[in-house]
Amino acid sequence: MTSDLNDLYQETIVDHSKRPRNKGALAHATHRAEGYNPLCGDRVTVELNVEDGRISGLGFEGSGCAISTASASLLTETLRGKTPDEAEQTFDKFHDMLTQEGLLPSDLGKLAVFSGVRQYPMRVKCATLAWHTLRAALRGEGQPVSTE
Amino acid sequence: MSAHAELLRTPAALDVERIREDFPILHETVHGKPLVYLDNAATSQKPRAVIDSLVDYYTHYNANVHRAVHLLSARATEACDRVREKVRAFVNAASTNEIIFVRGTTEALNLVAQTYGRQNIKHGDEVLISGLEHHSNIVPWQILTDEKQARLRVVPIDDRGVVPLDRFEKALNERTRLVALAHVSNALGTVNPLAKMIELAHRAGVPVVVDGAQAVPHMPVDVRALGADCYAFSGHKLCGPSGIGVLYGKEKLLEAMPPYQGGGDMIRSVTFEKTEYNVLPYKFEAGTPDVAGFVGLGAAIDYVNSIGLTGISEYEHELLAYATQAVSRIEGVRIIGTAPEKASVISFVIDGVHPHDVGTILDQEGIAVRTGHHCAQPVMDRYQIAATTRASLAFYNTKAEIDALTTGIRKVQRFFA
Repeated sequence: MTSDLNDLYQETIVDHSKRPRNKGALAHATHRAEGYNPLCGDRVTVELNVEDGRISGLGFEGSGCAISTASASLLTETLRGKTPDEAEQTFDKFHDMLTQEGLLPSDLGKLAVFSGVRQYPMRVKCATLAWHTLRAALRGEGQPVSTE
Repeated sequence: MSAHAELLRTPAALDVERIREDFPILHETVHGKPLVYLDNAATSQKPRAVIDSLVDYYTHYNANVHRAVHLLSARATEACDRVREKVRAFVNAASTNEIIFVRGTTEALNLVAQTYGRQNIKHGDEVLISGLEHHSNIVPWQILTDEKQARLRVVPIDDRGVVPLDRFEKALNERTRLVALAHVSNALGTVNPLAKMIELAHRAGVPVVVDGAQAVPHMPVDVRALGADCYAFSGHKLCGPSGIGVLYGKEKLLEAMPPYQGGGDMIRSVTFEKTEYNVLPYKFEAGTPDVAGFVGLGAAIDYVNSIGLTGISEYEHELLAYATQAVSRIEGVRIIGTAPEKASVISFVIDGVHPHDVGTILDQEGIAVRTGHHCAQPVMDRYQIAATTRASLAFYNTKAEIDALTTGIRKVQRFFA
């Protein structure tokens, strides 16, 4: 198998990893969760505001690899204005894209830049850490989530 | 290059090109590139002799041991006895009674914690470890000290990754019941001044358990010269198969320890009223053992001895010095762990690039390194980093492979520039 590194580290991913959007604590967050990938030690905290049934604001904190940082950054950009249900559906589609061969959902928008991660099974957890954490925040699960 | 110049290039006079021929896997390609295997601290590769020994065992004399009168069982039992003697000689133990076969270093350390530890550690006592330890030389003692309401005391490392002897000596006190130390740090490569540390502990009347997993493959180890009370190591880091390891223990200590697991082989007689335990070393070896593992470990020790650990140690030392110089010369790269005495390991971080991304890009170049916390999170915390990239060397690695690593690192930097 030969994989082009540029498929994994697409320009958007490198950009978001270097200049993550919405990084920092959110004032008066209604939902919050911590995520941890014990494999690499990456930690992320996802915070969000849900108002009138829609996600009005998102922020994240933590340190991680390019894939996990870019994933958290793009998550915060993508989910603003969505309902919690829509956010979970987006995660499901995102997860399917990363784990199922030949699946490239048309409605994932910018998140499609992560499709190359599928060729790197060891890195799928990097791309999904922030998403698992988001889901825990939405569901109000008190315990930090782990990718393991 | 003249023969003389060739000798100068590898003063340890290891014929590495010929040695590499002994390892089938070193001729594999990864992502279309020749494999550059620099993850030897995780596990070493296996020479043909070891692979063949497993096939030979399963093909010709697979049987259970210590159980039957038939020929195959006798041959398998003899093979086990031979390997136990080989291991005894390899670490210079006084008797084969002191060589307990286990799954690996982790099991050996847990065995000591759950037998010696549970028998001797009481409320308010202390177990002393260093800030360098692998999780497997932390967690078994945590489980023990939690259970006994005892205390796990840690001697911190300095900025270079050295356990300062004066701090170690100061940490030993009248409550210390046991010291557990790595011989060589898996995350940083620091070689502890073990003989000196053991002497200090013994002066305080405290026995010492050693995690030798990262030492045994890289230097001659003499457990009696060190004075270690227990010394644990794994076969798979020593060119042997996975699933086999060794606990050395001083006979007197092992005699006094209660058994670890109950079952077949570890008993002399069993009635529902009372069980009489078997003699050493079998007292600690319940159940059908990893016979193929014994055979493979024996072949691995023969192989390593045929090259010689003194030569291996000298060659790897030179290779590590070469790698350290080459990597530290790259701007934006910082080596973590700069102890004056190191073995095999070079751990580093690259400015602005997470080790996981480093690992993926190096992998695309065929270079296998470990990235992460190396099962030594407290070491990472000490340096306030989440992870490092670790290149760990073996005697079959070459300077050309180090050059491939530095080229790879520069590629990583260009990629994220």
